[in-house]
Amino acid sequence: MLDPQFDADGNLIHLLSTEGLSREQLTRLLDTGASFLGVSDRDVKKVPLLRGKSVFNIFFENSTRTRTTFEIAAKRLSADVINLNMSTSSTAKGETLLDTVDNLCAMHADMFVVRHESSGAPHLIVDHLRRTGRSDIHVINAGDGRHGHPTQGLLDMYTIRHYKGGFEGLKVALIGDILHSRVARSDIHALKTLGAESIRVVGPQTLIPTDIESLGVEVHRDLDSGLKDCDVVIALRLQRERMSGALLPSATEFHDRYGLTHERLKAAKPDAIVMHPGPMNRGVEIDSAVADSPRAVILPQVTFGIAMRMAVMSVLAGG
Amino acid sequence: MSAKSIEIRSGRVIDPASQFDEAASVFIADGKIVGIGQTPAGFKADQVIDAQGLVVAPGLVDLSARIAGNIDAELAAAVAGGVTTLACPPDVDPILDEPELAERLVRHAEDVSQVRVLPVGAMTQGLAGSMLAEMSLLRDAGCIAVSQGRGLPPDTRVLWRALQYAASCDVPVWLQPAEYHLSKEGIAHDSALASRLGLAAIPVAAETLAMQTVLALAKATGARVHFTQISSAEGVALLREARDAGLPVTGDVAAHALHLYEQDIGYFDPLTRFDPPLRGYGDREALRLGLAEGTIGAAVSAHTPLGLDVKRVPFAEAAPGATGIELLLPLTLAWGEALSLPLRRSLLPVTARAAEILGIEAGQIAVGQRADLCIFDPEATWTVQENDLRSAGKLTPFLGRTLQGRVITTLAGGQPVYQRS
Repeated sequence: MLDPQFDADGNLIHLLSTEGLSREQLTRLLDTGASFLGVSDRDVKKVPLLRGKSVFNIFFENSTRTRTTFEIAAKRLSADVINLNMSTSSTAKGETLLDTVDNLCAMHADMFVVRHESSGAPHLIVDHLRRTGRSDIHVINAGDGRHGHPTQGLLDMYTIRHYKGGFEGLKVALIGDILHSRVARSDIHALKTLGAESIRVVGPQTLIPTDIESLGVEVHRDLDSGLKDCDVVIALRLQRERMSGALLPSATEFHDRYGLTHERLKAAKPDAIVMHPGPMNRGVEIDSAVADSPRAVILPQVTFGIAMRMAVMSVLAGG
Repeated sequence: MSAKSIEIRSGRVIDPASQFDEAASVFIADGKIVGIGQTPAGFKADQVIDAQGLVVAPGLVDLSARIAGNIDAELAAAVAGGVTTLACPPDVDPILDEPELAERLVRHAEDVSQVRVLPVGAMTQGLAGSMLAEMSLLRDAGCIAVSQGRGLPPDTRVLWRALQYAASCDVPVWLQPAEYHLSKEGIAHDSALASRLGLAAIPVAAETLAMQTVLALAKATGARVHFTQISSAEGVALLREARDAGLPVTGDVAAHALHLYEQDIGYFDPLTRFDPPLRGYGDREALRLGLAEGTIGAAVSAHTPLGLDVKRVPFAEAAPGATGIELLLPLTLAWGEALSLPLRRSLLPVTARAAEILGIEAGQIAVGQRADLCIFDPEATWTVQENDLRSAGKLTPFLGRTLQGRVITTLAGGQPVYQRS
């Protein structure tokens, strides 16, 4: 079965996952992102690459931050951007996802940026577009269930490359809720392809997916061993509803075992950077003292995110 | 399309029960088989069906086909698939928890077709898992067994009481082994694939725990238990162990699970969403072997006609199941082919052995038996397409696949009820 992200010639026409992208494709996206970084510093923060194109942000799951960065990215490429909050739209009145897509197609959309609570929802849209002969409309996965968040993965890779110069020999630790994290999956696939030496996932067994080792990662139950000699530490958001009940005894216990503090970070390399996809739970997965320290590159991640989303949109549009 | 006496001439007659496999004619009168090979004295055929080059097999017996919604379409699909006896699980709309509903279903099937529909009544009212359904009255209304539909009730005490009560009125209990809490939120087999795709998982332990619980309670209560749609290698091993120990338990497997496994989910194909989920490659192999050795008695279609609306959604939101009754024969033949079994053995799990689980006379070709027959071309290949399916549900992961073995004629109660044009 062909990866639906690619056309018959192997060109990237949708971005659904970082899995399946070659090292060359990932590098090209990162390089293109680098070329867009300067746009934000200009007086006129626009380039005309998507002029006349319509980008629809279809968010079935709320996320102001991600939606805003996609909106800014599209506008800086001169696209017309239409934001749809699907929680208050016709979908909430019973219209199906694909009916919504059909309607937006009829409005001559050129690109869909989709966030959905179900893993695989963007794949369904791509399959539908293919079946209905509209493969010229590009789909970007802005986060689907637990599956993927490829633009976050790319901006994380950009951040790592920016601060570490490359991926060879790097040791990277992802900490916390791997089970529910689409960011973790996207980062793992990209890191693997880009040649990181060691990718570790750190957390209690309740938050580590079955056989995750098959993706090429090491599993650590203990934070100190997971952080040992790491170059990059990525703390993942722990959602409140998972802090009690059967997944974790409490936020306090999680913080005690896996919370990033300066003390615990001593196990990592002295120049290790700390990343977080946001929004953060201060005092749970990360201490404020760490989040606000010079080691944390959390705000640059956001800045890079806009450039990387511009890169994805322009590459998909043939730029 | 009715005839009183029929000669099915010169087909390859296969009776899996007796292992009979010879070119012969079959003679039918008054709905029964009156002769095989030799023309009975005084027999005069009103109709002759030429079966040269075709296999004349018993009408298929399907232990799980959801006959709901457009019932007539599903009965038409059944006969197009060569199925002449089927058991309908209770988790249809409306839920089969009232004797009148079961009676109505049986009567309707008799009115529009000669297909024998044997309802499986609900074990608990509304399948809610708390109050026992009227098992005895359901049996009197024609139910062959009672079942909780998919999975076990959340409260094991209710299961215990249900098995006690079923045993006391001699009603078999059919259970799809899935521990309630371990399976209720899952949508895929717990494995590296589910982890990669980010799909909530159902561990194999959900099946093994359920089977162990049921077996313990069956021993204690004396209930007759049949496990439906076993999905894992561990499940097969548990069933084998229980049967070796002499427990009167049986099991079946969905025909699709003999061919598909978790990798067939591909890129989130909603058509491959099943309950129980498609499991690993090793599980599929164990299911194939378990069926061949007879540990698992029957292959079932798990026919679930679903509309497009419940499948044109993301994988996690898709309703589980697929249309299947018209694919039961070719999928069973393909299983036999994969294991190099002779035809007469390939047909056992969808004929005599399935009938044995039901405890009825069916699935055989023998003089004196009701003339339920499936005449098929074992060499015919066909590509599964929506337009060719008679069921109201057109969705199956086998769409576009080429299968071998096609039903040409079906007779139910001595009446030709399907003829492929």
